Amino acid sequence: MKHYQAVVIGAGCAGLGAAVALKQNGIQEVLILEKDDEAGGILNQCIHNGFGLTTFKEQLSGPAFAERFEDQAEQLGVEFKTGTMVTKLNPDKTIEYVNPKEGYTTISADAIILAVGCYERSRGAVEIPGERPAGIYTAGQAQRYLNIDGYLVGKRVFILGSGDIGLIMARRMTLEGAKVLGVAELMPYSNGLPRNMKQCLEDFNIPLYLSHTVTHVYGHDRLERVEIAEVGPDRKPIAGTEKSFDVDTLLLSVGLIPENHLGDDCGIEMDPHTKGPVVDENYMTSIEGVFAAGNGLNVHDLADYAAHQGGKAGEGAARYIKNGKMKEGTVRTVAGENVGYVVPGVLHTASLPPVIEFYFRVRKPLKASDIIVRSGEKVIRTIAKDHLIPSEMENVILAGKQLDGLQEDLVIEVKEK
Amino acid sequence: METKQLVCVNCPKGCSITVTLDNGKVVDIKGYTCDKGRNYAAQETVRPMRVLTSTVKVEGAALRVLPVITDREIPLDLCEKAMEEIRQLDVKAPIKVNDVIVADFLGTGANLVASRSMKA
Repeated sequence: MKHYQAVVIGAGCAGLGAAVALKQNGIQEVLILEKDDEAGGILNQCIHNGFGLTTFKEQLSGPAFAERFEDQAEQLGVEFKTGTMVTKLNPDKTIEYVNPKEGYTTISADAIILAVGCYERSRGAVEIPGERPAGIYTAGQAQRYLNIDGYLVGKRVFILGSGDIGLIMARRMTLEGAKVLGVAELMPYSNGLPRNMKQCLEDFNIPLYLSHTVTHVYGHDRLERVEIAEVGPDRKPIAGTEKSFDVDTLLLSVGLIPENHLGDDCGIEMDPHTKGPVVDENYMTSIEGVFAAGNGLNVHDLADYAAHQGGKAGEGAARYIKNGKMKEGTVRTVAGENVGYVVPGVLHTASLPPVIEFYFRVRKPLKASDIIVRSGEKVIRTIAKDHLIPSEMENVILAGKQLDGLQEDLVIEVKEK
Repeated sequence: METKQLVCVNCPKGCSITVTLDNGKVVDIKGYTCDKGRNYAAQETVRPMRVLTSTVKVEGAALRVLPVITDREIPLDLCEKAMEEIRQLDVKAPIKVNDVIVADFLGTGANLVASRSMKA
Protein backbone atom coordinates (compact mmCIF):
# COMPACT_ATOMS: atom_id res chain seq x y z
CA MET A 1 0.00 0.00 0.00
CA LYS A 2 1.43 3.34 -1.04
CA HIS A 3 1.95 5.78 1.83
CA TYR A 4 1.92 9.60 1.71
CA GLN A 5 2.74 12.14 4.38
CA ALA A 6 -0.38 14.11 3.47
CA VAL A 7 -3.41 13.48 1.25
CA VAL A 8 -5.92 16.22 0.49
CA ILE A 9 -9.38 15.13 -0.69
CA GLY A 10 -10.79 17.73 -3.09
CA ALA A 11 -8.92 20.17 -5.39
CA GLY A 12 -11.21 23.17 -4.99
CA CYS A 13 -10.11 26.39 -3.32
CA ALA A 14 -9.75 24.89 0.17
CA GLY A 15 -7.93 21.78 -1.06
CA LEU A 16 -5.51 23.75 -3.22
CA GLY A 17 -4.92 26.18 -0.34
CA ALA A 18 -4.23 23.24 1.99
CA ALA A 19 -1.84 21.51 -0.42
CA VAL A 20 0.15 24.70 -0.98
CA ALA A 21 0.41 25.33 2.77
CA LEU A 22 1.54 21.74 3.45
CA LYS A 23 4.36 22.15 0.93
CA GLN A 24 5.30 25.60 2.24
CA ASN A 25 5.51 24.10 5.73
CA GLY A 26 8.03 21.51 4.67
CA ILE A 27 5.88 18.44 3.97
CA GLN A 28 7.45 16.44 1.13
CA GLU A 29 4.82 14.04 -0.17
CA VAL A 30 1.51 15.77 -0.75
CA LEU A 31 -1.20 14.21 -2.92
CA ILE A 32 -4.52 15.79 -3.98
CA LEU A 33 -7.39 13.55 -5.03
CA GLU A 34 -10.06 15.19 -7.22
CA LYS A 35 -13.19 13.53 -8.62
CA ASP A 36 -13.57 15.97 -11.54
CA ASP A 37 -11.35 15.78 -14.63
CA GLU A 38 -9.47 18.90 -13.64
CA ALA A 39 -8.56 20.76 -10.46
CA GLY A 40 -10.36 23.96 -9.44
CA GLY A 41 -13.66 22.64 -8.10
CA ILE A 42 -16.65 24.97 -8.29
CA LEU A 43 -14.33 27.90 -9.15
CA ASN A 44 -14.23 26.57 -12.72
CA GLN A 45 -17.90 27.36 -13.23
CA CYS A 46 -17.81 30.69 -11.34
CA ILE A 47 -16.68 32.71 -14.37
CA HIS A 48 -17.68 36.06 -12.80
CA ASN A 49 -15.05 38.32 -11.26
CA GLY A 50 -14.46 39.20 -7.63
CA PHE A 51 -12.14 36.37 -6.60
CA GLY A 52 -8.67 36.78 -5.19
CA LEU A 53 -8.99 40.20 -3.53
CA THR A 54 -7.69 39.03 -0.16
CA THR A 55 -5.44 36.25 -1.51
CA PHE A 56 -3.73 37.91 -4.49
CA LYS A 57 -4.87 41.58 -4.07
CA GLU A 58 -6.43 41.36 -7.54
CA GLN A 59 -9.89 40.93 -9.04
CA LEU A 60 -9.89 37.59 -10.81
CA SER A 61 -12.51 35.32 -12.33
CA GLY A 62 -13.09 32.01 -10.55
CA PRO A 63 -11.18 29.94 -13.14
CA ALA A 64 -8.23 32.38 -13.11
CA PHE A 65 -8.16 32.25 -9.30
CA ALA A 66 -8.12 28.44 -9.38
CA GLU A 67 -5.39 28.43 -12.02
CA ARG A 68 -3.13 30.63 -9.86
CA PHE A 69 -3.42 28.19 -6.98
CA GLU A 70 -3.04 25.16 -9.20
CA ASP A 71 0.14 26.56 -10.78
CA GLN A 72 1.50 27.33 -7.32
CA ALA A 73 0.72 23.80 -6.11
CA GLU A 74 2.28 22.24 -9.22
CA GLN A 75 5.43 24.34 -8.90
CA LEU A 76 5.76 23.22 -5.29
CA GLY A 77 5.57 19.59 -6.42
CA VAL A 78 2.10 18.61 -5.22
CA GLU A 79 0.96 15.38 -6.91
CA PHE A 80 -2.51 15.52 -8.51
CA LYS A 81 -4.82 12.61 -9.25
CA THR A 82 -7.87 13.92 -11.12
CA GLY A 83 -10.83 11.84 -12.29
CA THR A 84 -10.38 10.07 -8.97
CA MET A 85 -13.33 9.37 -6.70
CA VAL A 86 -12.69 8.65 -3.04
CA THR A 87 -15.14 5.96 -2.01
CA LYS A 88 -14.11 5.47 1.60
CA LEU A 89 -12.14 7.10 4.36
CA ASN A 90 -11.18 4.83 7.26
CA PRO A 91 -10.31 5.77 10.86
CA ASP A 92 -6.90 4.10 10.45
CA LYS A 93 -6.11 6.86 7.91
CA THR A 94 -6.41 4.72 4.82
CA ILE A 95 -8.25 6.05 1.78
CA GLU A 96 -9.97 3.93 -0.87
CA TYR A 97 -10.42 5.48 -4.30
CA VAL A 98 -11.21 4.55 -7.88
CA ASN A 99 -10.00 6.00 -11.18
CA PRO A 100 -9.75 4.67 -14.75
CA LYS A 101 -5.95 4.23 -14.61
CA GLU A 102 -5.45 2.44 -11.30
CA GLY A 103 -8.89 0.94 -10.76
CA TYR A 104 -9.68 0.39 -7.10
CA THR A 105 -6.78 1.46 -4.91
CA THR A 106 -6.08 1.89 -1.20
CA ILE A 107 -3.45 4.30 0.13
CA SER A 108 -2.48 5.48 3.60
CA ALA A 109 -1.35 8.84 4.99
CA ASP A 110 0.03 10.45 8.13
CA ALA A 111 -2.45 13.29 7.71
CA ILE A 112 -5.62 13.58 5.63
CA ILE A 113 -7.39 16.86 4.88
CA LEU A 114 -11.05 16.76 3.90
CA ALA A 115 -11.67 19.67 1.51
CA VAL A 116 -14.81 18.17 0.06
CA GLY A 117 -16.94 21.28 -0.43
CA CYS A 118 -20.68 21.45 -0.15
CA TYR A 119 -23.82 20.64 -2.10
CA GLU A 120 -26.92 22.71 -2.83
CA ARG A 121 -30.24 22.28 -1.09
CA SER A 122 -32.63 20.92 -3.69
CA ARG A 123 -36.36 21.05 -4.39
CA GLY A 124 -36.95 18.10 -2.08
CA ALA A 125 -35.26 19.94 0.78
CA VAL A 126 -37.56 22.96 0.44
CA GLU A 127 -40.71 20.93 -0.26
CA ILE A 128 -42.29 22.84 -3.15
CA PRO A 129 -45.69 21.29 -3.95
CA GLY A 130 -46.77 20.54 -7.51
CA GLU A 131 -45.93 18.33 -10.43
CA ARG A 132 -42.48 17.10 -11.38
CA PRO A 133 -41.72 18.77 -14.70
CA ALA A 134 -38.32 19.36 -16.27
CA GLY A 135 -36.95 22.87 -15.83
CA ILE A 136 -36.28 22.97 -12.09
CA TYR A 137 -32.59 23.26 -11.31
CA THR A 138 -30.38 24.33 -8.46
CA ALA A 139 -28.58 27.56 -9.38
CA GLY A 140 -25.18 25.87 -9.38
CA GLN A 141 -26.44 23.11 -11.68
CA ALA A 142 -27.67 25.71 -14.22
CA GLN A 143 -24.34 27.53 -13.80
CA ARG A 144 -22.37 24.41 -14.64
CA TYR A 145 -24.51 23.69 -17.72
CA LEU A 146 -24.05 27.25 -18.98
CA ASN A 147 -20.44 28.07 -18.10
CA ILE A 148 -18.76 24.69 -18.57
CA ASP A 149 -21.00 22.74 -20.96
CA GLY A 150 -22.34 25.72 -22.93
CA TYR A 151 -26.10 25.05 -22.53
CA LEU A 152 -28.63 27.69 -21.48
CA VAL A 153 -31.24 25.79 -19.45
CA GLY A 154 -34.22 28.05 -20.17
CA LYS A 155 -35.60 31.26 -21.64
CA ARG A 156 -38.05 32.50 -19.00
CA VAL A 157 -36.74 32.11 -15.50
CA PHE A 158 -37.86 32.59 -11.91
CA ILE A 159 -35.43 32.24 -9.01
CA LEU A 160 -36.22 31.10 -5.48
CA GLY A 161 -33.73 32.29 -2.87
CA SER A 162 -31.47 35.33 -2.90
CA GLY A 163 -28.21 33.45 -2.32
CA ASP A 164 -25.25 34.76 -4.29
CA ILE A 165 -25.21 31.96 -6.89
CA GLY A 166 -28.88 32.67 -7.69
CA LEU A 167 -28.17 36.39 -8.10
CA ILE A 168 -25.10 35.73 -10.25
CA MET A 169 -27.20 33.40 -12.43
CA ALA A 170 -29.96 36.02 -12.76
CA ARG A 171 -27.41 38.34 -14.39
CA ARG A 172 -25.69 35.63 -16.39
CA MET A 173 -28.89 34.22 -17.90
CA THR A 174 -30.18 37.74 -18.65
CA LEU A 175 -26.97 38.53 -20.53
CA GLU A 176 -27.38 35.28 -22.46
CA GLY A 177 -30.81 36.40 -23.62
CA ALA A 178 -33.13 34.77 -21.08
CA LYS A 179 -35.81 36.79 -19.29
CA VAL A 180 -35.54 36.60 -15.51
CA LEU A 181 -38.95 37.55 -14.11
CA GLY A 182 -38.05 37.80 -10.45
CA VAL A 183 -36.35 36.47 -7.34
CA ALA A 184 -38.34 35.42 -4.27
CA GLU A 185 -36.71 35.39 -0.82
CA LEU A 186 -38.42 33.77 2.14
CA MET A 187 -36.75 36.04 4.68
CA PRO A 188 -37.54 39.77 5.01
CA TYR A 189 -33.89 40.50 4.09
CA SER A 190 -31.61 39.44 1.25
CA ASN A 191 -29.18 36.58 1.69
CA GLY A 192 -26.78 37.76 -1.00
CA LEU A 193 -23.92 40.24 -0.90
CA PRO A 194 -25.06 43.88 -1.33
CA ARG A 195 -22.85 44.21 -4.45
CA ASN A 196 -24.68 41.31 -6.08
CA MET A 197 -28.08 42.83 -5.28
CA LYS A 198 -26.83 45.91 -7.11
CA GLN A 199 -24.95 44.50 -10.10
CA CYS A 200 -27.04 41.37 -10.71
CA LEU A 201 -30.60 42.53 -9.99
CA GLU A 202 -30.80 46.35 -10.01
CA ASP A 203 -28.59 46.72 -13.09
CA PHE A 204 -31.08 44.60 -15.05
CA ASN A 205 -34.32 45.74 -13.33
CA ILE A 206 -35.03 42.26 -11.95
CA PRO A 207 -37.56 42.50 -9.10
CA LEU A 208 -36.79 41.00 -5.68
CA TYR A 209 -39.78 39.78 -3.67
CA LEU A 210 -38.75 39.73 0.01
CA SER A 211 -40.88 37.65 2.41
CA HIS A 212 -42.15 35.57 -0.53
CA THR A 213 -41.83 31.92 -1.46
CA VAL A 214 -42.80 29.63 -4.33
CA THR A 215 -46.05 27.90 -3.32
CA HIS A 216 -46.72 25.77 -6.43
CA VAL A 217 -45.17 24.68 -9.70
CA TYR A 218 -47.29 23.77 -12.74
CA GLY A 219 -46.44 21.87 -15.93
CA HIS A 220 -46.49 18.23 -16.95
CA ASP A 221 -43.44 17.65 -19.16
CA ARG A 222 -41.79 21.05 -18.83
CA LEU A 223 -42.34 23.73 -16.21
CA GLU A 224 -45.03 26.19 -17.40
CA ARG A 225 -45.87 28.37 -14.42
CA VAL A 226 -44.82 29.08 -10.84
CA GLU A 227 -47.02 30.58 -8.17
CA ILE A 228 -45.50 32.65 -5.38
CA ALA A 229 -47.09 34.10 -2.24
CA GLU A 230 -46.15 36.48 0.54
CA VAL A 231 -45.24 34.87 3.84
CA GLY A 232 -46.05 36.08 7.35
CA PRO A 233 -43.62 36.34 10.28
CA ASP A 234 -44.13 32.58 10.78
CA ARG A 235 -42.80 32.12 7.18
CA LYS A 236 -46.11 30.50 6.16
CA PRO A 237 -47.81 31.66 2.90
CA ILE A 238 -50.61 34.20 3.33
CA ALA A 239 -53.77 33.20 1.42
CA GLY A 240 -54.87 35.73 -1.18
CA THR A 241 -51.37 37.11 -1.88
CA GLU A 242 -50.58 34.66 -4.71
CA LYS A 243 -48.97 35.84 -7.96
CA SER A 244 -48.21 33.72 -11.04
CA PHE A 245 -45.33 33.82 -13.51
CA ASP A 246 -45.24 31.98 -16.84
CA VAL A 247 -41.75 30.49 -16.85
CA ASP A 248 -39.99 27.43 -18.26
CA THR A 249 -37.28 27.42 -15.60
CA LEU A 250 -37.10 27.69 -11.82
CA LEU A 251 -33.69 28.06 -10.21
CA LEU A 252 -33.21 27.27 -6.53
CA SER A 253 -30.62 29.21 -4.56
CA VAL A 254 -31.72 28.15 -1.12
CA GLY A 255 -28.59 27.27 0.76
CA LEU A 256 -25.52 25.09 0.85
CA ILE A 257 -24.81 22.10 3.06
CA PRO A 258 -21.33 20.67 3.74
CA GLU A 259 -20.83 17.40 1.87
CA ASN A 260 -19.89 14.88 4.52
CA HIS A 261 -20.73 11.31 3.65
CA LEU A 262 -17.01 10.33 3.79
CA GLY A 263 -16.61 11.87 7.23
CA ASP A 264 -19.91 10.48 8.48
CA ASP A 265 -19.07 6.92 7.40
CA CYS A 266 -15.68 7.26 9.03
CA GLY A 267 -17.33 8.13 12.36
CA ILE A 268 -16.13 11.74 12.57
CA GLU A 269 -18.07 13.81 15.10
CA MET A 270 -20.32 16.30 13.27
CA ASP A 271 -21.61 19.68 14.43
CA PRO A 272 -25.42 19.71 13.99
CA HIS A 273 -25.32 23.48 13.35
CA THR A 274 -22.65 23.71 10.63
CA LYS A 275 -23.43 20.16 9.36
CA GLY A 276 -19.65 19.81 9.08
CA PRO A 277 -17.07 18.07 11.32
CA VAL A 278 -16.23 19.41 14.77
CA VAL A 279 -12.63 20.60 14.45
CA ASP A 280 -10.06 21.99 16.86
CA GLU A 281 -7.73 25.01 16.56
CA ASN A 282 -5.57 23.05 14.09
CA TYR A 283 -8.63 22.01 12.06
CA MET A 284 -8.25 18.44 13.26
CA THR A 285 -11.49 16.46 13.47
CA SER A 286 -12.42 14.02 16.23
CA ILE A 287 -10.27 11.41 14.44
CA GLU A 288 -6.59 12.00 15.02
CA GLY A 289 -4.72 12.98 11.87
CA VAL A 290 -7.88 13.76 9.87
CA PHE A 291 -8.46 17.46 9.20
CA ALA A 292 -11.23 19.46 7.50
CA ALA A 293 -11.49 22.88 5.87
CA GLY A 294 -13.45 24.97 3.40
CA ASN A 295 -17.13 24.64 2.59
CA GLY A 296 -17.08 21.01 3.70
CA LEU A 297 -16.40 22.33 7.20
CA ASN A 298 -18.58 25.45 7.31
CA VAL A 299 -20.06 27.32 4.36
CA HIS A 300 -18.06 30.46 3.56
CA ASP A 301 -19.17 33.72 1.87
CA LEU A 302 -16.09 33.96 -0.36
CA ALA A 303 -13.75 31.51 -2.07
CA ASP A 304 -10.83 33.55 -0.69
CA TYR A 305 -11.92 32.67 2.85
CA ALA A 306 -12.32 28.97 2.03
CA ALA A 307 -8.82 28.96 0.48
CA HIS A 308 -7.44 30.76 3.55
CA GLN A 309 -9.03 28.22 5.86
CA GLY A 310 -7.59 25.43 3.70
CA GLY A 311 -4.18 27.02 4.22
CA LYS A 312 -4.69 27.08 7.99
CA ALA A 313 -5.70 23.40 7.96
CA GLY A 314 -2.56 22.69 5.90
CA GLU A 315 -0.45 24.44 8.55
CA GLY A 316 -2.23 22.48 11.29
CA ALA A 317 -1.67 19.19 9.47
CA ALA A 318 2.02 20.05 8.91
CA ARG A 319 2.39 20.76 12.65
CA TYR A 320 0.75 17.44 13.42
CA ILE A 321 2.99 15.50 10.99
CA LYS A 322 6.09 17.05 12.60
CA ASN A 323 5.04 17.07 16.28
CA GLY A 324 2.58 14.21 16.59
CA LYS A 325 -0.23 14.14 19.10
CA MET A 326 -1.84 17.45 20.04
CA LYS A 327 -5.04 16.54 21.76
CA GLU A 328 -4.59 17.50 25.42
CA GLY A 329 -6.58 19.96 27.49
CA THR A 330 -9.93 19.86 25.73
CA VAL A 331 -12.23 22.88 26.04
CA ARG A 332 -15.41 23.28 23.95
CA THR A 333 -16.43 26.47 22.20
CA VAL A 334 -20.07 27.42 22.54
CA ALA A 335 -22.38 29.49 20.33
CA GLY A 336 -23.96 31.93 22.81
CA GLU A 337 -26.76 34.48 22.43
CA ASN A 338 -27.62 35.33 18.78
CA VAL A 339 -24.84 33.08 17.44
CA GLY A 340 -25.63 30.11 15.17
CA TYR A 341 -22.36 28.22 15.36
CA VAL A 342 -18.67 28.61 16.21
CA VAL A 343 -15.74 27.06 14.33
CA PRO A 344 -13.47 25.64 15.74
CA GLY A 345 -15.85 23.72 17.99
CA VAL A 346 -13.17 22.51 20.37
CA LEU A 347 -9.77 23.75 21.61
CA HIS A 348 -6.79 21.82 22.88
CA THR A 349 -5.17 24.23 25.26
CA ALA A 350 -1.92 22.25 25.49
CA SER A 351 -0.96 23.03 21.90
CA LEU A 352 -2.48 26.38 20.91
CA PRO A 353 -1.00 27.97 17.78
CA PRO A 354 0.14 31.64 18.03
CA VAL A 355 -3.05 32.87 16.35
CA ILE A 356 -6.52 31.31 16.32
CA GLU A 357 -9.33 32.45 14.05
CA PHE A 358 -12.90 31.85 15.10
CA TYR A 359 -15.70 31.88 12.53
CA PHE A 360 -19.36 32.32 13.31
CA ARG A 361 -22.67 33.56 11.93
CA VAL A 362 -25.40 35.47 13.73
CA ARG A 363 -28.89 33.96 13.69
CA LYS A 364 -30.70 37.16 12.63
CA PRO A 365 -29.83 40.71 11.48
CA LEU A 366 -28.61 42.80 14.44
CA LYS A 367 -28.05 46.54 14.87
CA ALA A 368 -25.08 48.03 16.77
CA SER A 369 -23.79 45.18 18.89
CA ASP A 370 -20.86 43.86 20.89
CA ILE A 371 -19.24 40.56 20.00
CA ILE A 372 -18.17 39.13 23.34
CA VAL A 373 -15.71 36.26 23.78
CA ARG A 374 -15.73 34.90 27.32
CA SER A 375 -14.79 31.88 29.36
CA GLY A 376 -17.21 31.51 32.24
CA GLU A 377 -17.60 35.08 33.54
CA LYS A 378 -14.15 36.18 32.35
CA VAL A 379 -14.43 38.37 29.24
CA ILE A 380 -11.45 37.75 26.93
CA ARG A 381 -12.34 40.13 24.13
CA THR A 382 -15.12 42.54 23.14
CA ILE A 383 -15.53 43.86 19.61
CA ALA A 384 -18.04 46.60 18.70
CA LYS A 385 -19.92 46.22 15.40
CA ASP A 386 -22.28 48.63 13.60
CA HIS A 387 -24.42 45.83 12.28
CA LEU A 388 -24.32 42.07 11.71
CA ILE A 389 -26.27 39.93 9.25
CA PRO A 390 -26.54 36.14 8.87
CA SER A 391 -25.29 36.23 5.27
CA GLU A 392 -21.94 37.62 6.40
CA MET A 393 -19.68 35.27 8.29
CA GLU A 394 -17.89 36.96 11.21
CA ASN A 395 -14.32 36.34 12.13
CA VAL A 396 -12.66 36.90 15.54
CA ILE A 397 -8.91 36.52 15.89
CA LEU A 398 -7.34 35.72 19.25
CA ALA A 399 -3.73 35.17 20.20
CA GLY A 400 -3.13 31.64 21.46
CA LYS A 401 -1.66 33.02 24.70
CA GLN A 402 -4.93 34.90 25.42
CA LEU A 403 -6.40 31.44 25.94
CA ASP A 404 -3.58 30.03 28.12
CA GLY A 405 -4.89 28.13 31.10
CA LEU A 406 -8.46 28.15 29.80
CA GLN A 407 -10.61 25.97 32.06
CA GLU A 408 -14.24 26.61 31.15
CA ASP A 409 -16.01 26.54 27.77
CA LEU A 410 -15.22 29.45 25.47
CA VAL A 411 -18.46 31.29 24.67
CA ILE A 412 -18.93 33.66 21.72
CA GLU A 413 -22.08 35.76 21.97
CA VAL A 414 -23.46 38.91 20.38
CA LYS A 415 -25.42 41.46 22.43
CA GLU A 416 -27.33 44.31 20.83
CA LYS A 417 -26.57 47.65 22.50
CA MET B 1 -28.69 69.46 -4.16
CA GLU B 2 -29.61 65.80 -4.27
CA THR B 3 -27.98 62.74 -2.72
CA LYS B 4 -27.69 59.26 -4.21
CA GLN B 5 -27.14 56.10 -2.19
CA LEU B 6 -24.86 53.61 -3.96
CA VAL B 7 -23.50 50.16 -3.21
CA CYS B 8 -19.93 49.77 -4.44
CA VAL B 9 -19.54 46.72 -6.68
CA ASN B 10 -15.74 46.66 -6.74
CA CYS B 11 -15.27 44.03 -4.08
CA PRO B 12 -17.33 41.82 -1.78
CA LYS B 13 -17.16 44.40 1.03
CA GLY B 14 -19.93 46.28 -0.82
CA CYS B 15 -19.38 49.67 0.83
CA SER B 16 -22.45 51.86 1.03
CA ILE B 17 -21.53 55.21 -0.56
CA THR B 18 -23.44 58.50 -0.52
CA VAL B 19 -22.89 60.84 -3.47
CA THR B 20 -24.08 64.46 -3.28
CA LEU B 21 -24.89 66.11 -6.61
CA ASP B 22 -25.51 69.76 -7.44
CA ASN B 23 -27.19 70.14 -10.85
CA GLY B 24 -25.85 66.71 -11.84
CA LYS B 25 -22.31 67.62 -10.78
CA VAL B 26 -20.67 65.53 -8.04
CA VAL B 27 -19.83 67.80 -5.06
CA ASP B 28 -19.27 65.24 -2.30
CA ILE B 29 -18.65 61.49 -1.91
CA LYS B 30 -18.87 59.77 1.49
CA GLY B 31 -18.64 56.19 2.71
CA TYR B 32 -15.99 54.77 0.40
CA THR B 33 -12.99 53.00 1.92
CA CYS B 34 -10.59 52.95 -1.04
CA ASP B 35 -9.71 54.89 -4.21
CA LYS B 36 -11.54 52.36 -6.37
CA GLY B 37 -14.69 53.01 -4.39
CA ARG B 38 -14.41 56.79 -4.80
CA ASN B 39 -13.81 56.45 -8.56
CA TYR B 40 -16.69 54.02 -8.85
CA ALA B 41 -19.08 56.40 -7.09
CA ALA B 42 -18.04 59.37 -9.26
CA GLN B 43 -18.41 57.30 -12.45
CA GLU B 44 -21.65 55.60 -11.42
CA THR B 45 -23.61 58.87 -11.44
CA VAL B 46 -22.34 59.69 -14.97
CA ARG B 47 -22.25 56.37 -16.85
CA PRO B 48 -22.17 53.08 -14.89
CA MET B 49 -19.23 50.85 -15.84
CA ARG B 50 -18.94 47.10 -15.23
CA VAL B 51 -16.53 44.23 -15.81
CA LEU B 52 -18.27 41.82 -18.21
CA THR B 53 -17.72 38.06 -18.02
CA SER B 54 -19.08 35.46 -20.41
CA THR B 55 -18.00 32.45 -22.47
CA VAL B 56 -17.02 31.96 -26.13
CA LYS B 57 -17.12 28.82 -28.24
CA VAL B 58 -13.80 26.96 -28.25
CA GLU B 59 -12.60 24.29 -30.65
CA GLY B 60 -10.04 21.59 -30.03
CA ALA B 61 -10.32 21.56 -26.22
CA ALA B 62 -11.89 19.08 -23.80
CA LEU B 63 -14.56 21.68 -22.99
CA ARG B 64 -17.00 23.42 -25.37
CA VAL B 65 -16.70 26.95 -24.04
CA LEU B 66 -13.93 29.20 -22.78
CA PRO B 67 -14.63 31.76 -20.03
CA VAL B 68 -13.70 35.34 -20.99
CA ILE B 69 -13.52 38.64 -19.11
CA THR B 70 -13.01 42.30 -20.01
CA ASP B 71 -9.66 43.38 -18.55
CA ARG B 72 -11.26 46.58 -17.28
CA GLU B 73 -14.77 48.02 -16.91
CA ILE B 74 -16.87 48.76 -19.97
CA PRO B 75 -20.06 50.86 -20.01
CA LEU B 76 -23.01 48.90 -18.60
CA ASP B 77 -25.21 50.20 -21.46
CA LEU B 78 -22.90 48.44 -23.94
CA CYS B 79 -23.20 45.01 -22.31
CA GLU B 80 -26.07 43.85 -24.53
CA LYS B 81 -24.15 44.77 -27.67
CA ALA B 82 -21.03 43.17 -26.20
CA MET B 83 -22.92 39.91 -25.71
CA GLU B 84 -24.00 39.95 -29.37
CA GLU B 85 -20.33 40.25 -30.38
CA ILE B 86 -19.30 37.49 -27.96
CA ARG B 87 -21.87 35.09 -29.45
CA GLN B 88 -20.17 35.43 -32.87
CA LEU B 89 -16.71 34.54 -31.54
CA ASP B 90 -14.99 31.22 -32.05
CA VAL B 91 -11.53 30.45 -30.67
CA LYS B 92 -9.11 27.52 -30.93
CA ALA B 93 -7.20 25.76 -28.16
CA PRO B 94 -4.49 25.92 -26.87
CA ILE B 95 -5.18 29.13 -24.96
CA LYS B 96 -3.29 30.73 -22.11
CA VAL B 97 -4.97 32.73 -19.37
CA ASN B 98 -5.06 36.47 -20.27
CA ASP B 99 -4.64 35.77 -24.01
CA VAL B 100 -6.36 38.64 -25.83
CA ILE B 101 -9.46 37.36 -27.65
CA VAL B 102 -10.60 40.81 -28.90
CA ALA B 103 -8.38 43.90 -28.52
CA ASP B 104 -10.07 47.27 -27.87
CA PHE B 105 -13.42 45.53 -27.43
CA LEU B 106 -16.18 47.66 -29.02
CA GLY B 107 -13.80 50.61 -29.02
CA THR B 108 -13.93 50.81 -25.22
CA GLY B 109 -10.18 50.52 -24.74
CA ALA B 110 -10.77 47.30 -22.75
CA ASN B 111 -9.55 43.97 -24.10
CA LEU B 112 -11.65 40.83 -23.97
CA VAL B 113 -9.28 38.19 -22.56
CA ALA B 114 -9.35 34.48 -21.72
CA SER B 115 -10.02 33.98 -18.03
CA ARG B 116 -8.35 30.57 -17.90
CA SER B 117 -5.90 28.43 -19.85
CA MET B 118 -7.13 25.55 -21.98
CA LYS B 119 -5.02 22.75 -23.40
CA ALA B 120 -5.48 21.51 -26.95
